[in-house]
Amino acid sequence: MSDATPAVQRPAPHGSRDSAFFWEGCRRGVLMGQRCADCGAWRHPPRPMCPHCQSVEREEVELSGRATLYSWAKPVHPPLPMFEPGYLIALVDLEEGQRMLSNLCDVSPEAIEIGMPLEVFFVETAEGGAVHQFRPRQAS
Amino acid sequence: MASSNGSNAAIVGTGQTEFSKSSGRSELQLACEAIKAALDDAGLTPADVDGMSTFTIDNNEDVDLVRSLGVENLRFSSRVGHGGGGSVGPLAHAMAAVDSGLADVVVCWRAMNERSEYRFGASKMSAVGGAPGAGTGFIEWSLPFGSASPAAWTAVQAQRYMHRYGVTNEDFGHVSVQLRKYASTNPNAWFYERPITLEDHQASRWIVEPIFRLLDCTQESDGGVAVVVTSLERARDLKQPPVRILHATQAVPFEFETVTNYYHEDLCSFDAGIACSRELYRRTGLGPRDIQVGMLYDHFTIAIYWHLEANGFCKQGEAADFVKDGHIAIDGTLPVSPNGGHIGEAYIHGMNNIAEAVRQVRGTAVNQVAAVENVLVSAGTSGAILSRAS
Repeated sequence: MSDATPAVQRPAPHGSRDSAFFWEGCRRGVLMGQRCADCGAWRHPPRPMCPHCQSVEREEVELSGRATLYSWAKPVHPPLPMFEPGYLIALVDLEEGQRMLSNLCDVSPEAIEIGMPLEVFFVETAEGGAVHQFRPRQAS
Repeated sequence: MASSNGSNAAIVGTGQTEFSKSSGRSELQLACEAIKAALDDAGLTPADVDGMSTFTIDNNEDVDLVRSLGVENLRFSSRVGHGGGGSVGPLAHAMAAVDSGLADVVVCWRAMNERSEYRFGASKMSAVGGAPGAGTGFIEWSLPFGSASPAAWTAVQAQRYMHRYGVTNEDFGHVSVQLRKYASTNPNAWFYERPITLEDHQASRWIVEPIFRLLDCTQESDGGVAVVVTSLERARDLKQPPVRILHATQAVPFEFETVTNYYHEDLCSFDAGIACSRELYRRTGLGPRDIQVGMLYDHFTIAIYWHLEANGFCKQGEAADFVKDGHIAIDGTLPVSPNGGHIGEAYIHGMNNIAEAVRQVRGTAVNQVAAVENVLVSAGTSGAILSRAS
């Protein structure tokens, strides 16, 4: 796997009061999304107020974990000791509509297609944290 | 007070230090030297200054500048966020301060040792709670994935554009070649007398594959640049022909994010640049065809495409051909950054592009464009149209 454990661990995400639920979900192996409890609009990154109806009432909901690839890149320089050379970063569009940055795993750059279906999984970080990752999803 | 068609504020002085990789002196000294040079250029003294504006990421404090320069009483002081994208923001604040009477003489500056004291473009993997350009939560959503440098942050936006319009890294090379050509005849440019070829660009190493090579990235520079803003009325009595700030604005559209601007629907469309350009054209009554020079913020080659399209100099998706066909060259339909821009002259986070805009309007640039009436400065979340005062 492209996320084999390097000598130095990937840094833990440091969330805010508004995003703590998201990273806590990652530690449980669940991709969490934030939705307005009044108008139902999804939003990412998390924020305290719904930008559509200004409600501060919100729901933290388990997402499907299905996404499509919006864009990707392979950082080459500078090398980072906590990441395996060749690691890929990716922007994914979730089935529920939000876009987020992550890593794209288990695929070689040659096989990547923008729009390809992806599924979420999780890896551990330093300090007992966890983050979401994406890999190609077999058509079901 | 501002007239109905544009501000009555003007840039009356510009000043800068040398641009280097190791200035050998403090950032405060660079700021002092640049501001003093700008005041000298205008025929003003520090005692005339009663307003200051800079970036939130500038390390110099107004109180230290007041004490070093000998400013007698500061009545107005402000800072603008969004990193270099906000670089025209201080000019907008200076304009508003002068137009409203909040201050009479405002200096805007940016001064730093981003190469010798820290590496502005380096990985921010050790950053806790922020990094240069920060001020929002973007670090939280990037670092845990190894997206830790400006090149990586920008590359995923660029890749989507490349995918949509069939643009390649070699296309980007034409931007780099043109900016280095301009720099090669600019004695103040770091890359003076050092033009490159497309082959040089293609032979430079990957920074983020398959998007940015080394020669797609701006440089890191030590240096300082300042401009002085006052009213058109007062400008008439000063040394230089005034350069009118026809309008300057900031723009933070919905779902914009500093640096990792990933959350608006179509990342091929430069939301902040479009918002800025709409406001500038609306307020001035001008359009793309009224602009003779574009000073466009080039942190990476592709940014030139984004600014060209956002400001209507070419259609969406056509910037690569616009550049390849020579339109941004000195004899093209829209010469872009004839100082060499950040890639060729120095990376003083947009302030050296404002200084070049002033020279182009004055008619004193080394790579002077003919018959300049209006220069558009586009940085992203801020922009301005600078014009010859009638």
